[in-house]
Amino acid sequence: MSAILNDETKKVLVEPLVTNNPITLQVLGICSALAVTSQMSTSLIMALALTLVTACSSAAISAIRNHIPSSIRIIVQMTIIASLVIVVDQCLKAFAYDVSKQLSVFVGLIITNCIVMGRAEAYAMKNPPLESFMDGIGNGAGYSLILIIVAFFRETLGSGKLLGIEVFKLTKDGGWYDPNGLMLLPPSAFFIIGMIIWAVRQWKPVQRETVEFKIMSIAHGEGGHH
Amino acid sequence: MPNCQHLEKICSKLEEYEQYRKFRAYCQKVLALSNDNLEKTIAIAVALCLVCAVLVSLAAVALKPLQVSNKELDMKKNILDVAGLLQADSDIEKVFATQIEAKLVDLETGEYAEGNANEYDQRKAAKDPAQSIAIPKEKDIAHIRVKAKLAKVYLVKDGNTTKSIILPVSGYGLWSTLYGFLALDADGQTVQSINFYDQAETPGLGGEVVNPKWRALWKGKKVYAEADQASLEKGLIEEAEKGEPALALIKGTVDTSKPGSQYQVDGLAGASLTSTGVTNLVRYWMSKEGFATYLSKVRTVAEKKL
Repeated sequence: MSAILNDETKKVLVEPLVTNNPITLQVLGICSALAVTSQMSTSLIMALALTLVTACSSAAISAIRNHIPSSIRIIVQMTIIASLVIVVDQCLKAFAYDVSKQLSVFVGLIITNCIVMGRAEAYAMKNPPLESFMDGIGNGAGYSLILIIVAFFRETLGSGKLLGIEVFKLTKDGGWYDPNGLMLLPPSAFFIIGMIIWAVRQWKPVQRETVEFKIMSIAHGEGGHH
Repeated sequence: MPNCQHLEKICSKLEEYEQYRKFRAYCQKVLALSNDNLEKTIAIAVALCLVCAVLVSLAAVALKPLQVSNKELDMKKNILDVAGLLQADSDIEKVFATQIEAKLVDLETGEYAEGNANEYDQRKAAKDPAQSIAIPKEKDIAHIRVKAKLAKVYLVKDGNTTKSIILPVSGYGLWSTLYGFLALDADGQTVQSINFYDQAETPGLGGEVVNPKWRALWKGKKVYAEADQASLEKGLIEEAEKGEPALALIKGTVDTSKPGSQYQVDGLAGASLTSTGVTNLVRYWMSKEGFATYLSKVRTVAEKKL
């Protein structure tokens, strides 16, 4: 393995999983993490689609990075990302019709997912195609990991199922488990992601942000979150 | 003179090659320019758009047949499902072809209309001003604004007799317009099943309209109130006299021992707005605005046969 994967590739593949996770550390891509995680099956497809788009768009952008005029650089990135997303959406409609019906607009919304744009701008514009591709895979995997964790809690606690298979027998079907309706609504993902971020920062205190300003102190600090 | 033609061919090839060489030279020149150069910016933008457009159109065109057949198969699956004919191992195309007949119904007159029913798309027709009518606001309880003049119904056949009638229904819930089918027995009164194939209600709450357990509650319910003691007690006598639908979703669970329970279905827990929407859409499509005229004709024909 080490012969094929050099240090940089390994770093971009592994780091986004925990140490530099796009959701828990950079807090990007939250919107779709809220929207699609009420079921495991949709989360898996969404994770796969996003990983694919991030990897391919990063590779494509990186391949032409030396010729992208800086004045239209964001538009160029968006065009490439949007084209890839449409292709993925079309493929889903052709080969996984049921899932594409459930995901509806959210596949299209990968275009506006901050992770894809973020990797294009932060990594692919400065690094060669292969590394950029791997970086996309790594960040996609980091996103997928969080999505799977969130979906696991939301589907089991919210509907007593996992991947559509019954885990807890619900009271309405004569079982013991009374499902938590909040888990089926998008805000529950906020709580779960918040708890994951808290857990990760307990485990790796380096990730804790320094306090930018203190409330009630006099005229210190610049304030504002950007 | 064959030689001349041969020469001409070579000439045109040469010309093509010359153009290709010019194009390549231009590309190299542009690529060598600084990234901030205006000409390069425009050239890169045009080239990128061309490449992306080709990629997207290729995907869209190449995958279109698959997507269309997926959609059609899915619709047939939904129809068989509501007709109670869907088994895990059944050949959807075959069952559909032998047991289901699509027909067009003129909602105004309640008569079958001419036209190729298999090709007709009611949802498309509803968007076409020539084929649709606006619904007056006070009558638009389902909040759909327009309806197609012709509706596409499906008859479930057993040989020559019609076993059940599948009617398309639609209406606004909480977040989305729900599209579905309501299957009635040949008497045009008893519900067989309901199936929503397109909706975006809250998963787990309003989205439970697709739950088979809830859908099973509809079986045997009556759409129109009958002028009997039960209707009188439930205050449905007015509906019974006018031939208006009485079926509704209620809050909580239906007490089947009480009179009038045949007009009631359990509401969806935690989704009162979706439940109201479902009640409204059923009432709208079963009223004279929808299929009431057609269904009363179906009943008359059925009674004559008896």
